[in-house]
Amino acid sequence: MIRPLARPRRKNPALRTRQPLLPPGARSRAALGLTAAAALGRFELQVCEECGAVQYPPREICHCCLSGALRWREQSGLGELLSTTVLHHSHDPFFRERVPWRLGLVRLDAGPTVVAHLHSGCRPVPSRVRVGVRLDKSGQGVLLAFPLDEVPNMADDPELREMTCDPRFRKALVTDGKTGVGQALVRALIGAGADLVWVGYAEPWKRQPGFAELEALPQVALVPLDLTDSRSVKETAAEIAGRVDILVNTAEVHRAHGIASRSGVESARAEMDVNYFGLLRLAQEFAPAMRARGADGASSATAWVNVLSIYALANYPPHGTFSASKAAALSLSQCLRAEMRPGGIRVINVFPGPIDDEWSQTLPPPKLSAAALAKSVIRALEDGVEDVYPGEVAEEWLARLRESPKTLERELSL
Amino acid sequence: MARSSLATLAAELASGAVRVIDLTQTLSPEFPQIMLPPEFGQCWPFRIEEVSRYDERGPAWYWNNFSCGEHTGTHFDAPIHWASGRDLPLNATDTVPVQHLIGAACVIDCSREAALDADFLLTVEHLERWESAHGPIPPRAWVLMRTDWSKRTDPVAYQNYDETGQHTPGPAADAVRFLIEERDVIGFGTESIGTDSGQGYHLTPPYPCHYYMHGAGRYGLQCLTNLDLLPPTGAVIFCAPLKIKGGSGSPIRALALVSHEGSKHG
Amino acid sequence: MVKGGKARRKTAARKTAPRKMPPRRYPRRGSGVGARSSKPREAVVTVPVTVPYVRYSLRSAHWFVARALAQLLKQSGLDKSDIDGLSVGSFTLSPDTAIGLTQHLGVTVRWLDHLPLGGACGIVALRRALRAVEAADAEVVACIGADTNHVDSFRQSLGSFSVFARDAVLPYGAGGPNASFAFLTSYYMRTFGATREDFGKICVAQRENALGYPHALFKKKLTLEEYLHARPIADPIRLFDCVMPCAGAEGFLVMTRERARALGLPFAEVRSTCERHNAFPDDPIQIRGGWVLDRDQLYGKAGVEPKDIDFVETYDDYPVMSIIQIEDLGFCAKGEGAEFIRRHSFTTEGSFPLNTSGGQLSVGQAGCAAGFLGLVESIRQLTDRNLARAVPDARFGLAVGFGMITYDRGLCSGAAVLGRADA
Repeated sequence: MIRPLARPRRKNPALRTRQPLLPPGARSRAALGLTAAAALGRFELQVCEECGAVQYPPREICHCCLSGALRWREQSGLGELLSTTVLHHSHDPFFRERVPWRLGLVRLDAGPTVVAHLHSGCRPVPSRVRVGVRLDKSGQGVLLAFPLDEVPNMADDPELREMTCDPRFRKALVTDGKTGVGQALVRALIGAGADLVWVGYAEPWKRQPGFAELEALPQVALVPLDLTDSRSVKETAAEIAGRVDILVNTAEVHRAHGIASRSGVESARAEMDVNYFGLLRLAQEFAPAMRARGADGASSATAWVNVLSIYALANYPPHGTFSASKAAALSLSQCLRAEMRPGGIRVINVFPGPIDDEWSQTLPPPKLSAAALAKSVIRALEDGVEDVYPGEVAEEWLARLRESPKTLERELSL
Repeated sequence: MARSSLATLAAELASGAVRVIDLTQTLSPEFPQIMLPPEFGQCWPFRIEEVSRYDERGPAWYWNNFSCGEHTGTHFDAPIHWASGRDLPLNATDTVPVQHLIGAACVIDCSREAALDADFLLTVEHLERWESAHGPIPPRAWVLMRTDWSKRTDPVAYQNYDETGQHTPGPAADAVRFLIEERDVIGFGTESIGTDSGQGYHLTPPYPCHYYMHGAGRYGLQCLTNLDLLPPTGAVIFCAPLKIKGGSGSPIRALALVSHEGSKHG
Repeated sequence: MVKGGKARRKTAARKTAPRKMPPRRYPRRGSGVGARSSKPREAVVTVPVTVPYVRYSLRSAHWFVARALAQLLKQSGLDKSDIDGLSVGSFTLSPDTAIGLTQHLGVTVRWLDHLPLGGACGIVALRRALRAVEAADAEVVACIGADTNHVDSFRQSLGSFSVFARDAVLPYGAGGPNASFAFLTSYYMRTFGATREDFGKICVAQRENALGYPHALFKKKLTLEEYLHARPIADPIRLFDCVMPCAGAEGFLVMTRERARALGLPFAEVRSTCERHNAFPDDPIQIRGGWVLDRDQLYGKAGVEPKDIDFVETYDDYPVMSIIQIEDLGFCAKGEGAEFIRRHSFTTEGSFPLNTSGGQLSVGQAGCAAGFLGLVESIRQLTDRNLARAVPDARFGLAVGFGMITYDRGLCSGAAVLGRADA
């Protein structure tokens, strides 16, 4: 029986905040393949193309036929739980603080024997389990053995919670709550159990439909936040950065221009000022406090979400300057991910295709609704993944990109 | 004699017999900025980025870089700003004759009307009523429409938007034509975010103050404040824009000189 | 096993005849067609040395190797220049290996081996050195296992032990082999009905043995109660199932029988050895080791059977591994280990003397020196140069090597049957 997570008690301000520690994060290059798939929420192992043998731990040549043709392939993770233990002692400082800690030894149906974290819902040995992968606090893929059937309070397993960014009992900031996407995210976070959602807004005289209703929700607190104004970001950070557990950056300027379709740089500048420099300002002011609170109890700081765009990965010429600004934001977010790592904060990038809003008005369907985007963000937080491609257009884009970026570039310019 | 007038002025400034009134809103990122429909180019709001503050970026000094549009905050509009004035000579901020930038101010008090109706339009009737109390508007004077709009310190109230757009007071088309054709004023100034009313798009012609004033080579002043400290006549205003090459306008430090006897009371 | 105590030998008569070499199964080298004229060289082991263990030391591993070498020279009467072969097992010499030591120690050798094989390095070092001396590649080989231990050595070493440990074990908080052996112990208990009392019996007996060994780090008696209720480490393993890492060194010399005689050094004969690495890779979990595949050849070449063995020095990193070694080396069937334990006693006077100086569970694990511990103790028992209590009438001893848990199981297995030399 997994005890449901209790509402965390108010923090005692006289006590020192527990500093973030990270589980061992060193990996060989081959092993990083596990992490790369885990970033997308997939459990993959290397499979030999010549003889079919599945490899674990990861390596560079097949342990059966010595072939170098190993490819990462998705796994079911089904297997037999051979043995379990509970660590009461660990040499590693991260685990030492968190014992007792359950581990399991699983013989996968696919062949290898694996050491995995053990979800407390798993039945005692001998039993069948399903091994999955999650990103741990170091941002590295680790194996977790799950029970075959859903058990009550699955998400509240303490080991699983160390690897996810569950909004429950946490406080979130949505940087622009006025847009359709922003409003949907505010509601979705509340629906996922967030205690408090700060809703950022700029240009208060610009009224957006639906915003007034948002203000009426009991979990909502409006905060002025203009990502083009360093002082605004600084002031709002001074007020709330020390309490934000999940930051969702929805602020963006989106114009439907390439290079020739709009003379002057003013429109492109406006996109960069919010999409790229806005992220930079936000990161400078909010990241330090969040990083320091990465291990601050059950409602610690846990995630930073950037709503980017598939156009960040490959330029869509009709929205060419927007694409470039999102590409700049993507690169910067990778820097942010590296800088947030010591705090164990997950940086999650969302790459939606066209959203069903005014700026994609002329694009044909399928388009992603704001509600669907918000749902994918919540799912990403609950699973603790790093890269999210919500919707059909985004999934297809990713598949085309992985197959051949140059081909995709040509397809987009036709 | 000009010289003795100036010497007297200097002495009176020093003694306080002549006071300087600041008609300028503070330039800060919070100050509302004019907003066009999203598909148009936008005028930058005021933004400021610290360069250093006695720190590793510059140990003994503090300074900033700022950015804004030509039409940010309390600012000056030159004739070149509007299509109707684009081909006139001496129509940019670097070419407007500086002689025009200091002049007598006539302050038309519309504060009561504006309080009752945010879309209040100043008409010829209002002007004629004002003149019957204070005398004719002299040629080459600045006409300033006092609405006390600057007392709306909440940016939302200052912008005063609803679903149909902005609602701020301004001059009617006939009043503008009267001021130019019948009174030969040098420029028109308001406390709100445009010289034209918030719903000026719907007048005929659209934005008549811009259209006629700039079309006649005259100027505009916006986002003025403290007009309630000026007498209806007798103040002298200074409103020089930055000397931007080919500039359509610029933020200014708008100042008014008011003599002690002529200063507003009550 | 012939000893007194609770258990009786199952099989037939006590040997009362004077000690005699069992018939050789293999022809002497040099007989038959095309034989070389020179006498065949037979290598033996001699001069067992121990550099006393300490929990922590400021010294480097180089110092411990050097102290062992100095003792080997002192006790053998040899000069450093007489050592022409060197085999070193160590984890903490880095960035040096054995080659760096030649200059460090000022030795010039014509045969050199570096063996970072943990608990198997003693057996493997012995095998290599025997062949070198038999082939006349070297005359006198010094075999040394040595490691230092600083306060944070163990934790620091975890990240650099092996690629698989770093990628697939350490990230789970399971640094070191504790978790792997917790899995195995739990699995073994569940599959074969062993209890913690069974494991405890071994540990208690070994501690008893250790009380008679001056170099053991543990000096206090251990009761079964203390064993059962000790601090939990990783269920079901508790404190006294685990070795204590420390600093120290063990060593011996390998030379020809003739040379040993000429030097007047008591020596033991190496009747047979075996080694195997990565045995049974498809077993889901390690309940058997390579000894299963090699025991017939081991006993066959030695000309003895398990019942002829008078004492066993298992590689006891965890009690469950001692049981598995006892099973795999033919003392009982697989899965009957618990029953075997219940039937026997394991002190030096018991029916099955096990780890007669205490084993590493009671002596301490000085890194690779632990891989030499059993061999060095075997030599002492078989040459009557005991520091611990002597096993009465010991003629044959079995030393076992095991180790290198680079992922989920120990990859190395090895063993040596040593015999008392005829007078």
